[in-house]
Amino acid sequence: MIFEFTDEHEELRRTVRQFLANESDENTVRELMADVRGYNPDTWKRIAEELGLAGLIIPDAHGGADFGLVELAIVMEEMGRVLLCSPFLSSAVLATSALVLAADESAQAEILPQLASGETTATLAFSEKQSPWDLSGLRMAAKADGDEYTLTGVKSYVLDGHSADEILVVARAGDELALFRVAPDAKGLTREAVAPLDPTRKLATLEFRDTRASRISSGDATKGIERAIARTLIALAAEQTGGAQTCLDQAVAYAKTRLQFGRPIGSYQAIKHQCADLLVEVEFAKSAAYNAAFTDESDGDALSTAAAMAKSFCSEAYTKAAKRNIQIHGGMGFTWEHPAHLYLKRAKASEMLLGSPASHRERVAAAVGIGSR
Amino acid sequence: MNESEVRERTRKLLEEIHPDTEGVDHVAFRTAQFNHGLAMVSYPEGLGGLDLEPKMQAVVNDELQKNCKVFYESLAINPIGIGMGMPTLLTYGNENLKKDLMRRIFTGEDIWCQLFSEPSAGSDVAGLAMRAERDGEDWVLNGQKVWTTLAHISKWGMLLARTNPDVPKHDGLSYFLLDMEAPGVEVRPLYQITGEAEFNEVFLNDVRIPADRMLGKEGQGWRVAITTLMNERSALGGGSSRKGGGPVALLMKILEESDAVRTASEQAILEDKVTDLYIRAELLRLTTLRAKASQRSGNPGPEGSVGKVAQSELYQQVWEACISAIGDDGLVYEPGYELRRPGEGDDLRSASDAAGRRLTAKYQLLRSQANTIEGGTSEIMRNILGERVLGLPGEPRVDKEIPWKDVPRG
Repeated sequence: MIFEFTDEHEELRRTVRQFLANESDENTVRELMADVRGYNPDTWKRIAEELGLAGLIIPDAHGGADFGLVELAIVMEEMGRVLLCSPFLSSAVLATSALVLAADESAQAEILPQLASGETTATLAFSEKQSPWDLSGLRMAAKADGDEYTLTGVKSYVLDGHSADEILVVARAGDELALFRVAPDAKGLTREAVAPLDPTRKLATLEFRDTRASRISSGDATKGIERAIARTLIALAAEQTGGAQTCLDQAVAYAKTRLQFGRPIGSYQAIKHQCADLLVEVEFAKSAAYNAAFTDESDGDALSTAAAMAKSFCSEAYTKAAKRNIQIHGGMGFTWEHPAHLYLKRAKASEMLLGSPASHRERVAAAVGIGSR
Repeated sequence: MNESEVRERTRKLLEEIHPDTEGVDHVAFRTAQFNHGLAMVSYPEGLGGLDLEPKMQAVVNDELQKNCKVFYESLAINPIGIGMGMPTLLTYGNENLKKDLMRRIFTGEDIWCQLFSEPSAGSDVAGLAMRAERDGEDWVLNGQKVWTTLAHISKWGMLLARTNPDVPKHDGLSYFLLDMEAPGVEVRPLYQITGEAEFNEVFLNDVRIPADRMLGKEGQGWRVAITTLMNERSALGGGSSRKGGGPVALLMKILEESDAVRTASEQAILEDKVTDLYIRAELLRLTTLRAKASQRSGNPGPEGSVGKVAQSELYQQVWEACISAIGDDGLVYEPGYELRRPGEGDDLRSASDAAGRRLTAKYQLLRSQANTIEGGTSEIMRNILGERVLGLPGEPRVDKEIPWKDVPRG
C-alpha cells in the first residue's frame, strides 16, 4: 500500500540512524571534507559489513541484500540528515544500478560481489561538459580495437571519480550507447579531483587518451542507463529530504533558545512563519520522495516521471530550507564554525547534480501533457 | 448491533419508505431515517441514533447508496446544522432542546447558521463584543455579527455573546441558540468582491433569548464554541482526491485551449509555472494520503496539519495561472458585477465547455482570495503550525490577564 512503511522499514531506519549518529557527527564530517578521498575506508567497510548497505540494492545472487527503492530511500534520507561522507551515492546507487540494469551477467558476477562486501567501490562516468545530464547529447565514442575498445575524451563531474576502484564509462559504440569498464590504473587515464562546491561529496574530471576499455553491455544500453539514473534521482531526492529536515530542526531549535528583545526569536511571527513554511515544504518533499520510492519499478514511464517530480521539488525545498536556516541563525549562521553552510553547499550542489529543477519539470510537463504548442 | 444487523435495519427502513418513490421528499424520508435511529447511529436512541460506533454510519450510507437512486448528502441539506450544530447540541443541549431540534436539523426543515465573527473580532473571535444582559427569564442581546453563511434562510443560529465584560475575554462568553425569526433580528446580504452575497451581516437589536436556550453554563461559551469549531477546520484542505484532478486539471485544459498570442519565452515561463503548480497539487494530494495512512497506523504526524495553508495558497496561484493562460481575454469579465445571491444568474462554478472553463477561472481568481482568510487565516494557520506542531513559543499576549472591557479594540 502506498506510503505504508512496515515495521521492518522502521527498524532499518532506526538502525541506520543510530549507526550514523555515532559515525558521522559534525567533527567527522569536517575532517572528511578536508580529506582528498573524502570518506573513511574503515567506516565504509563497516557500513558494508555491519549494516549491509553497500550491497543494499544488489541482487541476492551477487552477494547483496536485494532490496528496492523504498529501503534505498529510507537509507538515503538518513544519510542526508547527517551529511554522511561516503561513496554510497556513487558506488552503491549509481554504479551499482548501472551494472544491475545495463551490464552483462559476467561483468555483474565479477564486480557486484566485491562492491557488496565493501572491498571495492565503483563510479559511473557519463557526464560531459556540453551535455552534462542528457544521454542523447554524449559525444565520447569508443573505437573498436579487436575484442577491446579504446576511449578518448573527457568525463566531468564524476562522483568520487578520483578514488573509485572500478571505473564504468558510458560511451557510444556505433549507433548504440554502451557501458565500458576501465582499469583504474589504465594507460592514458588521468583522474583529477576538482574542488567541489560541496566539499562533503567529491567530484573528479576523468580524461581518457586512447585508454583501453572492455565493453560490458550488449546491445543498446540507453534504457538501462536511463533507469539507473532515475533510481539515482529518487535516492538523491530522499537524501535532500533528510537534509531539509535537519535544516528545519536546526532552525526551530535555535529559534526556541535564541533571545532578542527579551524573548525567544521563535515567538516572533516573522521567524515562526518562516519555520511553518519550511514545515510545509519538508512534508511535501517527503511525499514526493516516498511517492517515487513506492512507484512500481516495472513501469518505466511512471518511474521516470515520479523521479523527475521528486528531484525538482526536493531540490528546491532543500535549498530553501538551507538558506532559511542560515537566515534564522543570523550572523552565527554565516560563520564557518556553524554547520548551516555545510547543508547549503550540499543542497545547492545536489540541486544541480543530475539536472536542474527546471529541466526535470520539463520532463514532467512532457509526461503529463503540459505544453502542446 | 453488528454490521449485518445494521444493514438489515436499513433495508427495513427502505421497505417502509423509499426515497426514489414519487411524493417522498427529503423531509419525509429523513424523518423516517431519524426515527429508525439511522441518522447518526452513534447518537442515543430517540435522538436519531442507536448508541453504536460512529463507523457504523458508513454501513448505513453504503446500504442507502447501493439501493437508492436518490441519495441525500447531509452536508448539502444543512451543512452547518448537521456538521456543527448536531454535535454541539448533543454535547451541551438540555434534553428538551435535543428532543425539539435534533430531528428538524437532520431533515433540513430547520437550517442552521453560526454567529461567532464580528466586525471587530475576526481571528480573535474570543474578543467579540456582542452584549447579552440578563433580564428576568430572558437574556437581551445587542450587537452585530458578520460573515454568517446561510443566515438569510436559517431558523436557528449558534451564537456567542459576552455576558460578563469584567473578566478576561475567554471567561466572559456564553453560548446561545438564537431563533432567527425573533423580533429585533435583522439579516442583510454581505456582498463580496465577486458581486455575490454568500454571506450575511446579522444585526441584533434588543433581541430576547429565553435563558434555557443557553448551551453550557454562563461563562462557558468558549468551551462550547471549541466543540463547534473543531468540526469546521477538518472540512477544509485535503486537495483533490484524484491524480491530476481539481483546479489544476482545469488549468491544464485552459492552457491547452488557449490561442492567446505569446512570445516563446512567455510560453516557456508559463509552462514551467503550470508544471510547478501541477507538481504541488499532486504533492498536496499525496500528503493527504500520507496523513490518512499515518492516522490509520495510530501515529498522526505533521503531514496532517499542513493542508489548509498549502491548499488555499496553491489554489490562488492556480487560478492566477489560469488567467495568464487565458491571456488578453482575461481583461473581460463576462458576468459583470451585478449584486446578487449565489445561484442567481449564470452558474460560475461549472465548466462544461471551453468558455465555461474560462469563466470559472475568472470567477475563482476573485473568489479564491477568501481561501486564505476564511476558516482560519493563513497567518493564524502558520501560528498553529509553528506553535502546536513545531513547538515554538507563543507571541506574548497583552489581553490575557486583564478584564475584557480594558482591552484596546478597533
